[in-house]
Amino acid sequence: MLNATLSRRDFLKASGSLVVTFSLNGLLPQGAAAQGTLAKTVAADQVDGFLAISADGTVTCYSGKVDLGTGVRTALTQIVADELDVPLGNVKIIEGDTLLTPDQGPTFGSLSIQNGGMQVRQAAATARAALLSEAAKRLNVPAAELATQDGTVVAKSGGPKLAYSELIGGRNFELKLDPKSPAKDPSQYKLVGQPVPRLDIPGKVTGEFTYMQDFKVPGMLHGRVIRPAAMRADLVSFDDGAAKRIKGFVQTVREGNFLAVLAESEWAAIKAAKAVKARWSKWEGLPERTKLWDYVRSTKVNSTEVLQKAGDSAEALKTPSKKVSATYDFAIHTHGSIGPSCAIAEWKDGKLTCWSASQQTHLLRRQLAGMFGVPPDNVRCLYIDGSGCYGRNGHEDAAADAALLAKAAGRPVRLQWMREDEHGWDPKGPPTLLDYRGAIDASGNVVAWESDVFIPERPKQIAVTLMAADLAKLPKEDAHPGNIHQSLAIPYTFANIKASAHWLAETPFRPSWIRTPGRMQNTFGNETFMDELALAAGADPLEFRLRNLNPNDKRGIELLKRLAEVARWEPRKSPSGGSGEIARGRGLSYIKYELVRTYVGAVADVEVNRRTGKIRVTKFTVAHDCGQIINPDGLKNQIEGNVVQTVSRTLIEELKFNRSRVTSLDWRSYPILTFPDVPEVQIELIDRPNERPWGAGEPTAAVVPSAISNAVFDAIGARLRSVPFVPQKVLAGLKAA
Amino acid sequence: MASKITLHVNGKASVVEVDDPQMPLLYALRNDLGLHGPRFGCGLAQCGACTVHIDGKPVRSCVFPVGKVGRSKVTTLEGLGSSANPHPLQKAFIEEQAVQCGYCINGMIMQAKALLDANKRPSEAEIKRALAGNLCRCGTHVRIVRAVKRAAEMA
Repeated sequence: MLNATLSRRDFLKASGSLVVTFSLNGLLPQGAAAQGTLAKTVAADQVDGFLAISADGTVTCYSGKVDLGTGVRTALTQIVADELDVPLGNVKIIEGDTLLTPDQGPTFGSLSIQNGGMQVRQAAATARAALLSEAAKRLNVPAAELATQDGTVVAKSGGPKLAYSELIGGRNFELKLDPKSPAKDPSQYKLVGQPVPRLDIPGKVTGEFTYMQDFKVPGMLHGRVIRPAAMRADLVSFDDGAAKRIKGFVQTVREGNFLAVLAESEWAAIKAAKAVKARWSKWEGLPERTKLWDYVRSTKVNSTEVLQKAGDSAEALKTPSKKVSATYDFAIHTHGSIGPSCAIAEWKDGKLTCWSASQQTHLLRRQLAGMFGVPPDNVRCLYIDGSGCYGRNGHEDAAADAALLAKAAGRPVRLQWMREDEHGWDPKGPPTLLDYRGAIDASGNVVAWESDVFIPERPKQIAVTLMAADLAKLPKEDAHPGNIHQSLAIPYTFANIKASAHWLAETPFRPSWIRTPGRMQNTFGNETFMDELALAAGADPLEFRLRNLNPNDKRGIELLKRLAEVARWEPRKSPSGGSGEIARGRGLSYIKYELVRTYVGAVADVEVNRRTGKIRVTKFTVAHDCGQIINPDGLKNQIEGNVVQTVSRTLIEELKFNRSRVTSLDWRSYPILTFPDVPEVQIELIDRPNERPWGAGEPTAAVVPSAISNAVFDAIGARLRSVPFVPQKVLAGLKAA
Repeated sequence: MASKITLHVNGKASVVEVDDPQMPLLYALRNDLGLHGPRFGCGLAQCGACTVHIDGKPVRSCVFPVGKVGRSKVTTLEGLGSSANPHPLQKAFIEEQAVQCGYCINGMIMQAKALLDANKRPSEAEIKRALAGNLCRCGTHVRIVRAVKRAAEMA
C-alpha cells in the first residue's frame, strides 16, 4: 500500500524546497518544476493528488480551489490539520498550480469548502486510515487500539509512537480516495468550527505578502495594452514614433486588433502606451443605453427552458382571483477589482508558464493551449493571490495578453491592466429582465406564480472568451455567462408554478459570472414579488413566507424564525414609514440557495429621504445556515462582504456606455459604496456540526436587493423594481405612489 | 536622461535612478525599492490603495511625481511595522481580522494612521469620514472601522 518510489521521494524533496523558495524570493526553481512533471499525480481520485507528507513530517495539501481573499486557505488548512491530527503550522497549501494540484473546477459557485474542502477531507481521512493500518502492522497491534495524535500514531494504552514521517515520509500513499474511510466524528474536531485567525492577514497588513501584482521573474519586460476605441472596431493603422523616443521602450506588438507595447520599465510601458497613436474604424453596435430594456425585450430568444413546474399556472391565472404582475430589471455590473488584473508569462522551448490570479487555472490552461495551438501539457498555469475578483473578471484576459506578448518578445512579460482597462474591458454581469404574474384567491392563497427571466445564451463550454484571442483572431470559445438561471425556481409550495428561462441570442457585453450570478437577479425578482403578493393578500411578509414554505423543510422554517427573533420582526402593514422627510422601513428576504443548499434570511432597515430620494441602508440582520461551519469568523467576514458589496450594487452601480464602448472607466463614473454609507451588519450563524458544509461566498448576496426593495416600500409605499435604486427612481416612485 | 534621486524612505536613504522625474513615486517604491505595501489601484488618486505618508501627511503616491519628493521623509506600510513587530494599527487589523483580499488595506491603514495622528479618539462617524476616500470592493468596511477604533483604544 505505502510504496516507496524514488522519483516521488525526489519530487517531495524538490517540492519542499519549491514551497520555501517560492515564499522567500517569489521565484520557482526550474529544476523542481521539471522533477514535478515526472512524479506528482494531479488525479482527483488519488490521495497523492491532494496530500503529501514529507520526511520532516510537513503535510502539503494540493488544492485546485484557490483563496480569492475569502479565507479558504485557512479553512482548508483547518480541515486537513484536524482530519490528520497534525498541528496547523505543519500544513502547507499549494493552490491552483496545474502541474501540482488536481482540477477541482474553477473557484466559483460557493463550492470551495462544499466540494473542494470535502475532497480534501476525504483524502485526509483515507490517509489517516492508511497511517493507522501501517502502524498497526509495524507495532503488531490492532488498528482499533491505535489513535492519531500530533502527527503520530500512538497506542491508546500508551507505549510506543510512530511519527507520520516514519510511516510515510517522502513516499506515495498510492491510494484511491476511499469514500468508506470515515471522516472524524464532528465532536472530535478541535480546529474545524473554531475562529482560527487567517494565515495570510499578518503578511497582508505589513506589506510582506506577495500578490500577483508584486511577483517578478528575472529578465521580464513590462507590457501595457492599447484597447480599441470602440468595442468591435478594427485597427486601421498605428504610429509608435513618439513611443520609440521613450527611454526603455522595446517594441510595439500588433496581432490583428490586439495592440500593446513592451518596455524595460513599468513607467516607460505606461507612457509608451499613451504615446502610440492608433487609428480605429468606426463601430457603433451597442444598444442605446436609455433603451436597454427595450433592446433586451426585443432580442431574439434562442430557446425557452422551463425550470420549475407545478400544476397548471396558465389555467389558474384564468380563474377569478386577484391578479398581480410586475417587471423587474437589474443593471449591468462590473467586477470592480481594486487591483487591476495582472499576469506574467514566459515561453521556453515551446512551453508556456503563466502566473496569474486566475480563479480557474486548469480551465485557463486549456484556453491558452487552444489559443496558441499547443498541447495542454505544454502549458503550466500557477495561481498567485491577486486583488479580489468576485467572479471571472480580467485576470484570465491579462494572462492571455501576457502570453501573447511574451511570445512576441521572446522574453518573460509582466502585463498589468490600467484602471480604464479593468472597468472598460473586464467581462460584465449581463443585463437581466424578469416578468412575473401571480394570482391570489379570496382567502389570500397564491393560486398561480409565473416567472420569466431573459438572459444571454449559455454555450456548452463554461468559459469566457479570452480577449486577446478575440482581438488577435486566434482560436477562442464562446462566452458563457455562468449558470444564471439558477434560483429562479422558488422554495414555496404554491399549487401552480411555472418558472422559465428565455435564452437570448445576444447581449451587449462579453458576459461572465459576477458574485451570485443570476441567483442575485432572480432572487431580487422572486422575493420582491413575494412581498407584492403578500401585500395583495393582506399578509405580513414573514408570516406569508412561513405559511408557504414546505412544512417538511424544518431548517428553512427554523432559519426564518431565528431571523425574526434576532431582528425583532413585528408583523407589519406596509407602508409604515410615516410622512416625515426621512421615512424608515424594514424589509425581509429569504433564499434556499439553488433550492438545495445554504439557507439565508435577511432583514434590511432603511431610511429614505423623501426630498432627495436617497436611500440609506442603516442595518442588515442576517440569519445563515450553511451546515457545518469550518471557521465562524471567516464565515462572518464573508457574510459582511456579501452584504456591503451588494448594498453597493443595489443602490448605485450601473455600467454606463455609449453606442461604441463602455464609458464607466474609473471610480468617478462607476462609483461604489463608501464608508459613510456602510450599514451595520448583525449576523446569526446557525451551526450544524453534524451536517455537511455548504458554501457561503455568494448566498447572502442573493437576498440583499429584494430586502432593500421591500424595506423601501415599507418606508414610502413605492415599489423599486429596477436596480440600481438611484434617487431619480425613488423620486419617480414617490410621485407614482 | 537618467538622474539619480535620493529618497528618504522608512528612515533610510536610498538612491534610485530615474528616467523621468514625472514618474509617480509609487513606481520607485514598488519597482526600485521593492516595497509592496503601496499598491497600484487606479493611478487617478481615486481609490487610496497607493497611500504613503510624506512628512507625516497621507499622499496618493500613484499621482505624486518622484521628482517632487525632495528631502521629504516617505513612510510606507513597511515603515510602520512588520508581522514580527506590528504597529498598533497593524495589530488591530490582525486582531479584528479586518482583511478579505487585502489589496486596499495598505491605504486603509495609512489613512487611518493620519487620522489617529491628528485625533487620538475618533468617533465611529469620524473614522468613516476619514476613510470616505478609500475604496474597498470586498466589503470589509465593518471590520476596518472596528480595527481603527481598536487601534485608537490600544494607543
